[in-house]
Amino acid sequence: MLSCKEVGELVSQGIDRKLSLREKIGLKMHLFICKTCSCYDKQLQFIARSARRLMQSNKTGQGIPPLSQMVGARINSTIKQQLDDEQQKRPE
Amino acid sequence: MTSTEGRAATISDPTTWVAQHGDALFRYALMKMRDPSQAEDMVQETFLAALKARHNFSGQSSEKTWLIGILKHKIIDHFRKHKREQSSDDIETLSEQLDQQFSPRGHWEITLTHWQDPDQAHENEAFWKVFSACIAHLPDRLADLFILREIKGLSSEEICKLLDISTTNNMWVMLSRARMRLRNCLDSRWFNHDNREVR
Ligand SMILES: [Zn+2]
Repeated sequence: MLSCKEVGELVSQGIDRKLSLREKIGLKMHLFICKTCSCYDKQLQFIARSARRLMQSNKTGQGIPPLSQMVGARINSTIKQQLDDEQQKRPE
Repeated sequence: MTSTEGRAATISDPTTWVAQHGDALFRYALMKMRDPSQAEDMVQETFLAALKARHNFSGQSSEKTWLIGILKHKIIDHFRKHKREQSSDDIETLSEQLDQQFSPRGHWEITLTHWQDPDQAHENEAFWKVFSACIAHLPDRLADLFILREIKGLSSEEICKLLDISTTNNMWVMLSRARMRLRNCLDSRWFNHDNREVR
């Protein structure tokens, strides 16, 4: 029989990878009789759903934004500055 | 193309780089970095490094591919620095804390309170603030890991390479720590506001 600690780990890994049949059966049996672990399982599944929702909204919401104009201008002026410095160091 | 000075003629005027490649680099960086301001920093560092190295541009790949290549290195450096700066102490302390939630024989030492209809929280803007704050409260490397994996959706291979995690198995264990910590945080800050945060 798996301990609650092991089950906690399996619940999490079940989100990351496909569990083996053996692991799945062990997990199911434990969750069936252990209230605390089944509560933990539900809570981690909820956290996974929440993260997925964030991922979706990142994708669709505003799409991936372009580089902001302000930042672009800032970088550009840094580049120009560097080029000027180079010019000055060069003889002629 | 050959040039007598050994300078490739194919590189464009650096003052046009931001306009030409700024968005592409930013998007690429944003896929792998935690937040936009970090991504902006990466883009700036990339352009400055490219400026210094532009005389070495061979023209074998396109200018954009060349720039993305530099960006990739910058991103890896960024995470390496994170790893160096943050000794594994934080994660270890956290692991010890979390281990105390179980008895030596692996039974729960804490009681978990059921979350009533949790998905309702998704409609509440305040919840997302708490959710982000809880992620931000993880030790840096765990926060990076959780975000890259669960929100950016990068592959395990890529994450292990970026964050320099030795095995996928280690990554899973780290993710499990992160989730347990997040659970505790959401529990005390959102679902059971009057419960004390567990130890
Ligand atoms: Zn249990």
